[in-house]
Amino acid sequence: MPSDHKTGLRWSNWNLLLILPLFMLITPWFNMDEPRIFGLPFFYWYQFLFVPLGVVCVGLVYVKTKDEPVVTGKLDKLGVDDLDEGAN
Amino acid sequence: MQWTELIVFSALFLLVTVMGFLAARWQKGDTLEHLDEWGLGGRKFGSWITWFLVGGDLYTAYTFVAVPALMFGAGALGFYALPYTIILYPLVFLPLVRMWSVSRVHGYVTPADFVKGRYGSHWLALIIAVTGIVATMPYIALQLVGLEAVLRSMGLNGSGILGHLPLFVAFLILALYTYQSGLRAPALIAFVKDILIYLVILVAIIYLPSKFGGWGEIFNDAQAKFDATPSKTDGILLTGTNQLQYATLALGSALALFLYPHSLTGILASRGRNVIKRNMVALPAYSLLLGLLALLGFVAISAGTKPIVNQATGRPDTNTIVPELFGANFPSWFAGIAFAAIGIGALVPAAIMSIAAANLWTRNVYKEYMKKNATPAEEAKQAKLASLVVKFGAVAFIVFVDPQFSIDLQLMGGVMILQTLPAVAIALYTRWFHVYALVAGWIAGMGYGMWLLYNIGNPAIGKAHFAGSALPLGNISVFGWHPFGASTTQIYVGIVALLVNLVVAVVVTLIAKKAGWFNGTDQTDPSDYHVDEDNPRVKPIAAH
Repeated sequence: MPSDHKTGLRWSNWNLLLILPLFMLITPWFNMDEPRIFGLPFFYWYQFLFVPLGVVCVGLVYVKTKDEPVVTGKLDKLGVDDLDEGAN
Repeated sequence: MQWTELIVFSALFLLVTVMGFLAARWQKGDTLEHLDEWGLGGRKFGSWITWFLVGGDLYTAYTFVAVPALMFGAGALGFYALPYTIILYPLVFLPLVRMWSVSRVHGYVTPADFVKGRYGSHWLALIIAVTGIVATMPYIALQLVGLEAVLRSMGLNGSGILGHLPLFVAFLILALYTYQSGLRAPALIAFVKDILIYLVILVAIIYLPSKFGGWGEIFNDAQAKFDATPSKTDGILLTGTNQLQYATLALGSALALFLYPHSLTGILASRGRNVIKRNMVALPAYSLLLGLLALLGFVAISAGTKPIVNQATGRPDTNTIVPELFGANFPSWFAGIAFAAIGIGALVPAAIMSIAAANLWTRNVYKEYMKKNATPAEEAKQAKLASLVVKFGAVAFIVFVDPQFSIDLQLMGGVMILQTLPAVAIALYTRWFHVYALVAGWIAGMGYGMWLLYNIGNPAIGKAHFAGSALPLGNISVFGWHPFGASTTQIYVGIVALLVNLVVAVVVTLIAKKAGWFNGTDQTDPSDYHVDEDNPRVKPIAAH
């Protein structure tokens, strides 16, 4: 059973991408009127840009961690189940 | 009375009513007499159904009515709805699949079920369940506000108790088909709701700005309006004092959303982990729509839209500005479609919320304390009855509480539900917190949060208490010491309460570990959190 690792947590560095959209909470970076696009103040269109950014980040994490039974570093020592797999 | 609108609205309402009743037979399992079936639609919804269901669940009538109303009244602050629904998905992407897996292995139906399994404490589970039910009630009431706003715009604006009659009728119908079909009813109706909403918003967002001189003109009109008001916190940009409020409100709301039992219901009803992950990628389509919709609040300023006076309260109801904007600028038949979109947009989440609250009641109160050996059929029966009670409770809420404060009521619920974060979300990753610490943290966070909300007044609208969720940092005192001096910078109460909750939980956990107190029995296994639909360890559906 490959998806049945005896471990609590799985980690992939791709997960770090999930932090990126949180940067839109730093309001001083975008709380301004100019430049406008199609009449929309910077404050508004800047935040709209984070919709595709969020989708790309989450999408990448989904695609890159698909079917990947990643285990954390210290779990390099294989569990009994994993060692048994060869014998089965 | 606006007959064309009313006829189009009624026709679409009738359509979803028929669908609601027929939904009981859609993708039918062996029996509806089990919570897996009635309360979770058989736990087998695929990507598309989940997208419509969760989208219809999260982006509610509140969204369509109250967010533009907030933009109309307060300006840029109302736009927090966009960052809120963007950061939401990256935040919950990882924890939600863990929640799905562990719930699928053990047959959990509610977040409180998980807490009970994780900590072996039915008391902690009870606290989580009661918090969920109490926080959900004003949220359901808020949906009614949306529905009532369109009913009043169509001329059904009576005074007194009679004025609420149309709302009552609409809700009675909803209650009946939810009773019969369970979660399948809102899942099926969500298709109609979302298609209508997309249609209406896209047309509105393309057509209306050109009618009022383009976005540049619209933003200038909004700025002129806010400049003319005495308030210093409104405007088309954030001010010095409300930027922290904006960011923390977005963050707090995002953290809170999937702690609400109804959001989790949509997730647990899905078929597998990949369905959830795909939806975390696809759901922001609704966020884009929500951002555009929020801007309609400014369009209403340019259009000179006046909120209509609610005959039941005698005051102008800003929640009516979007319906009024549509009513004045679209042909009657299209306005009717727009009203139906908002009205049906209220029914879908209201149904899911009442089902979620009923599931909590049944699993974590009824079965735990009143009838321990209840059969699955008895559970389903109890949940159906509870869903009726919850809905009529929400109607009473609207009739007896001023609907003007619907947003603040929901924000109160948000502060409450945030206090379950350590026991529900953090517990998905670690059992480091002691069960006593979780209870103590909850009491501290809840008590402090409600006390802060109670003390927030707004003289401008003549309210001394519960007038909002923006707390000036200067008001925070630690036993008389003011760590932020007299700062007027505002912050979202929920985040402050959550921090207090976490600090107390950490301290009590350290004490408990020192004293060696028993920390309950964990029913779950670390590998449970990664199990997928094809794994033989998942629990058979609708079996006991």
